[in-house]
Amino acid sequence: MRTVYLAIKYTALLLWSSFVVFPFLWAFSTSFKTANAVTSGPKWIPWLQFEPSLQGWRSLFGGVGGTDISGPYLNSVIVTFSASLISLTLGTLAAYGLSRFQFRAGPIRNADITFFFISQRIMPPIVLAIPFFLMLRQLGLLDSLAGLVLVYIALLMPIAVWVMVDFFNNIPRELDEMAWLDGCSPVTTFFRVILPNSLPGLVVAGMFCVIFGWNDFFFAFTLTFTQTQLLPVAIVSLNSSVTPWWSLSASALISIAPLVLLAFVVERFLSRGGLAGAIR
Amino acid sequence: MYRQKYVFLLPGLLVLVAIIIFPLLFTVRVSFSSWDVFNPGLDYIGGRNYARMWADTRYWEALGRLSVLAGATVLIQYVLGFALALLVWGDVRAKRFFRVLFLIPMMTTPVIMSVIWRTIFHESLGPLNGFLRAAGLSAQPWLSDATLAFVSVMIVEIWQWTPFMFLLLLAGLMSLPREPYLAAQIDGAGPVRTFFQVTFPMMAAISVGAILIRLIEASKIMETVYVMTSGGPGTATETSSYYIYIRGLRDFQLGYSASLSLTYLIIMIISLTIIAKVMIRLLVKDRT
Repeated sequence: MRTVYLAIKYTALLLWSSFVVFPFLWAFSTSFKTANAVTSGPKWIPWLQFEPSLQGWRSLFGGVGGTDISGPYLNSVIVTFSASLISLTLGTLAAYGLSRFQFRAGPIRNADITFFFISQRIMPPIVLAIPFFLMLRQLGLLDSLAGLVLVYIALLMPIAVWVMVDFFNNIPRELDEMAWLDGCSPVTTFFRVILPNSLPGLVVAGMFCVIFGWNDFFFAFTLTFTQTQLLPVAIVSLNSSVTPWWSLSASALISIAPLVLLAFVVERFLSRGGLAGAIR
Repeated sequence: MYRQKYVFLLPGLLVLVAIIIFPLLFTVRVSFSSWDVFNPGLDYIGGRNYARMWADTRYWEALGRLSVLAGATVLIQYVLGFALALLVWGDVRAKRFFRVLFLIPMMTTPVIMSVIWRTIFHESLGPLNGFLRAAGLSAQPWLSDATLAFVSVMIVEIWQWTPFMFLLLLAGLMSLPREPYLAAQIDGAGPVRTFFQVTFPMMAAISVGAILIRLIEASKIMETVYVMTSGGPGTATETSSYYIYIRGLRDFQLGYSASLSLTYLIIMIISLTIIAKVMIRLLVKDRT
């Protein structure tokens, strides 16, 4: 009975693991292929089944028949990090306010304001895409990094508020009250007492901002044309009828690599129990 | 002193309102205009866009298809995510390795992985049909058959987002108190009974939350569809977002697509609210 149970358990784990790994292995193998190796059918093992070539990886930096993705890569880094940073700053401040003070405007209370922030995640991107398009055109920010940062702030701030409200609610109020008794104003209390104790929350919130910012495609796709290209757009544009599978695979792997590393960070938080409080 | 409280809330709130509310109000206005390529600008044509939408079967079909797609994938993600979370929550070798591995797909860019998946599903050159042929089965037209294309999109969605369920549910499992398990052990309850009478009831609230978050995200599905099938074959995998995208940013019928997207938003809000209420009543209530 016990051995049967163990067998089922490890079979399930291995099955799911292979399903998870499968696309990465395929992409990794494909990134070393040439046109010949691709068109001769599905092959996996270099040297044995096909002659490996570095063509796919070379083409990433402007080699023959490829696209230079270093420009889009830099753009993605700039947009993701500036939008995440701004969202995290504004979101953390708002979350602290919502967690510590009472706001009232007519029938609107704190819970409603918090809900307003979080509910922005319900908004399907397509609903916002058209007005964003017209708004950015009006502002002259279409096809620019600044325009994308602006849009991403709206996308990411709800995430930051959501994580941080919960986080601040779990920090005992006595901490603030002690600082107030010592004569600190709310603003100095926040910066001197609360913020230094908020690193775990900030890391989790920042991480989610970076994940959702880096992985967005739709807004980058609809709000830019040729001047400004973010990474996902550059890679999808390789996906045409005559797709260069080798450079596609190489660029896909290199663009998901930084976030895959985040999986280790998330797991670390999970093991320490730091996520249970940060995610509801 | 308490005046300072606005210093915290207002910057964020105002920025969000400025970026979202004004465009949204503008969309309401545009939905009553005939703005398109030939006639750009804000005129007023009353509810004609909404009347056209009412008769637009393609729109309603896309909405129905989206409901099936979102409902089915989220349910499968929940079952798989819960099973995986239970597996690595218990006693397993290389626990942390499996946890990291299972989290990885949600970190990857959905469109980029969809591009890779598209090569996997490729009829003659893809590895999936390679496996089928090696197993003596016939190759399948994964992306050009209506049913299979739908299944393919589901597979990719499940691959990508089961980790998210897994993460939330595992975080939940790890925060559970130990006492009920000791009590169950003393009562001599087996693993199945322990799960249904101890674990599942305690996980009900988290389950509802996780399912809702995933339903909200799944109701926006379009990138996977755009990259893998472009809504095809025919309209077999066309979701609401993708159809509105075609009408709005490809045909540039801004007025009409504005009315479509507002209706879509309202339907989503209403149905998600109902689903939330029903789930909370069914699952969470009997705990308290």
